[in-house]
Amino acid sequence: MAQATFKIWRGDVQGGGFVDYPTEVSEGMVVLDAVHQIQAGPAQDLAVRWNCKAGKCGSCSAEVNGNPRLMCMTRLSDLPLDEPVTIEPIRSFPVIRDLVTDVSWNFAAKKRIKKFKPRPPDAPDGTWRIAQEDVDRVQEFRKCIECFLCQDVCHVLREHHLHDQFIGPRLLVYAAALEMHPLDVEDRVEDLAKRDGIGFCNITKCCTKVCPEGITITDNAIIPLKERVVDQLYDPLRRIFRIFRGSG
Amino acid sequence: MDLPRYAYDVLVIGAGGAGLRAAIEASAAGAKVGVVSKSLLGKAHTVMAEGGIAAAMANVDDRDGWKVHFADTMRGGGYLNHPRMAEIHAKEAPDRVRELEAWGALFDRTPDGRILQRNFGGHRYPRLAHVGDRTGLEMIRTLQDHGIHQGIEFHMEHTVTLLLRDEGRVVGAFGYERERGRFVVFAAPAVILATGGIGRAFSVTSNSWEYTGDGHALAYLAGAELIDMEFVQFHPTGMVWPPSVKGILVTEGVRGEGGVLRNSEGRRFMFDDIPPLYKNQTADNEEEGWRYTQGDKEARRPPELLTRDHVARCIVREVREGRGSPHGGVFLDIAWIKDRLPHAAEHIKKKLPSMYHQFKELAGIDITREPMEVGPTTHYMMGGVRVDPESQMSSLPGLFAAGECGAGLHGANRLGGNSLSDLLVFGKRAGEHAAQFARDQGPGRIDEAQVDAAARWALAPFERHGSSGGEGPYVIQHDLQRMMQELVGIVRQEAEMEQALAELVQLRERAEKAAVPGNREYNPGWHTTLDLPNLLTVSEAVTRAALERKESRGAQFRDDYPEKDEAFGKLNIIVRRGPDGEMQIAREPTPSMSPELQAVIQEMK
Repeated sequence: MAQATFKIWRGDVQGGGFVDYPTEVSEGMVVLDAVHQIQAGPAQDLAVRWNCKAGKCGSCSAEVNGNPRLMCMTRLSDLPLDEPVTIEPIRSFPVIRDLVTDVSWNFAAKKRIKKFKPRPPDAPDGTWRIAQEDVDRVQEFRKCIECFLCQDVCHVLREHHLHDQFIGPRLLVYAAALEMHPLDVEDRVEDLAKRDGIGFCNITKCCTKVCPEGITITDNAIIPLKERVVDQLYDPLRRIFRIFRGSG
Repeated sequence: MDLPRYAYDVLVIGAGGAGLRAAIEASAAGAKVGVVSKSLLGKAHTVMAEGGIAAAMANVDDRDGWKVHFADTMRGGGYLNHPRMAEIHAKEAPDRVRELEAWGALFDRTPDGRILQRNFGGHRYPRLAHVGDRTGLEMIRTLQDHGIHQGIEFHMEHTVTLLLRDEGRVVGAFGYERERGRFVVFAAPAVILATGGIGRAFSVTSNSWEYTGDGHALAYLAGAELIDMEFVQFHPTGMVWPPSVKGILVTEGVRGEGGVLRNSEGRRFMFDDIPPLYKNQTADNEEEGWRYTQGDKEARRPPELLTRDHVARCIVREVREGRGSPHGGVFLDIAWIKDRLPHAAEHIKKKLPSMYHQFKELAGIDITREPMEVGPTTHYMMGGVRVDPESQMSSLPGLFAAGECGAGLHGANRLGGNSLSDLLVFGKRAGEHAAQFARDQGPGRIDEAQVDAAARWALAPFERHGSSGGEGPYVIQHDLQRMMQELVGIVRQEAEMEQALAELVQLRERAEKAAVPGNREYNPGWHTTLDLPNLLTVSEAVTRAALERKESRGAQFRDDYPEKDEAFGKLNIIVRRGPDGEMQIAREPTPSMSPELQAVIQEMK
């Protein structure tokens, strides 16, 4: 069996550093398997979050060789094993211990977004009639597994730490899922512009690149929301937008 | 002891589908509600559910209705189900699904815009409300996003290690928070267990680290009764290769969409063994089976969609008799539908997107082109806390249970899709009745001696590390899982299970000496050590109940008693803690069925 070395960040809010762990690797292993193997051996108190181990729950986010990844979906066969594999916690949120960060801000910020408010039911039995294509349109956003990798790479959060002014790509996707929900009648546009800081996003698309669910975050969620903001709140610009889009 | 204390009317332990639904209902009834979850919100096992929510809405086939759903559930459960629970479940599931839609869930649609329903094993008509193959995510996210606006207090990444009692009732819970390792006391006159399953007692499982039978063990230790503990569902289709993904679930939806099981000889072996109880409703040729999956109402379902217990055993048989796939499973083929459908690859990717993704990413297999290799994986616990069918209250006043850790609805085997509906129907009922109980009873008295003892017990693994340097918890957990898989797995027999009991004694001794390094801050080694006693308790309960049931029925298959036994068909096995702390096993007659329900069973035969 082959051996590989994993450089894992160990530490807490006071500080820390990388520790080398050599371990056996076998066919089909993912990074999370290696972490578990190390945890069952030399590092029994190694802190790591995980649940489903199948890319469905979004718990095991980390930076593997500097790339934001779900550890359960990163196969060792896709990494160069002749050099150490570095694993460190995501950076947009304060570290708790080792690979675990305090992501509670995401849950608190989400709560401020106005909740789903459906139109009155379409049928006397209290149900709605919805076309499949209207379901399909927002499905993309509803696939989000809340791994927060998009939050991790967003420079507004990662470098500028504007957590109190900007909700980040994940929550913009959440807002888009609500705004484009076929039944929803709530209006979140003013909140998005003023409180949630959608203007801070300058469309670098870093979030889209790292999304493990393949959600086209910038193009399909954020830009349409930005357009709504412009349309609703900055009416004079509306004309310019129309000119640009060639719709007169 | 000086530690954070919270007081609620209703404390919910667990934040999967059942816990969230219970919390929402209790809160709506005016109760002050706290929810404790081992993981972050939205990560519970519900998120893994793929196929759908079973509810007889009759949107796709108007012959469906609660009676058919009830009869299907009872038949699937080998008639050991609590009939009143199965009745309530079948009657209330449609409203619970529609309610989710009112809270923002989006399901796939019929051509006229109603909720689409799909075929699933053991369900006579298309019954599962779904969204692609990620229904669980849609459901948990809907409950989560609705729940956070209901005034519920969430304690994420907290684990309860003991239920606090006073004068024969539950009055709260003791636990710790992961982040700093501090202890916490929750006072509440009503406590709802919604902790899910016990999958971590076995080595091949679709369950995550959380599923260590906490609710089962907490209830048992507090004096509540468990029931049907011998029935552990081995889902027929888990991934088998590569080794690191062994056990990860492959949804039954693959078979619902026309996927077929073949052995190494290319034979569809499921046609070889169709149980008499299902002969009337199962296709006897491949053509008819295919037509069924494509919505032909005249066709009967293919044998791949027989109940999970049966399909799992047929797979084990093929492998044992040397007709398995290279890595010890069988082949599940959905790619073949390209012979029948234009644009089959796109169709598969649309209907089974996460399966496509999972095999592509983890096994390097394109399921639109080649077959998958699959084999049974520990998936679901039918057994659990014995509850009153109306209120979900256990035999211990103030203690409720809902979802997987409760029992009664599924009997000897659960039908696919009946879990998500179970969570909703009985989560709601538990929340409603717990709120009522709390109103009627008021808070109890917290016994500080119990709190102190719980804290001392929880800290012992660190002290042992300092003094004895005992072994770590992971190797003990691993040995337990391997032992249970080998000796109390899919095929059971008396001698092996007796051996398992002996090994459990040794494992418990080791667990009592387990030691952990480090400190209390987010220390998974410590958490694993504290989970071990729960795993040992449920493993013992499973083994003793399985020994007691000297027959094969539903999920229990005994090599030494390979047939059904009529007498056992009228008995449930009860597990309770005896006065000296020993585990007691009792047989009790199954609950009686009302004449109306008996008539329904006859009518649906």
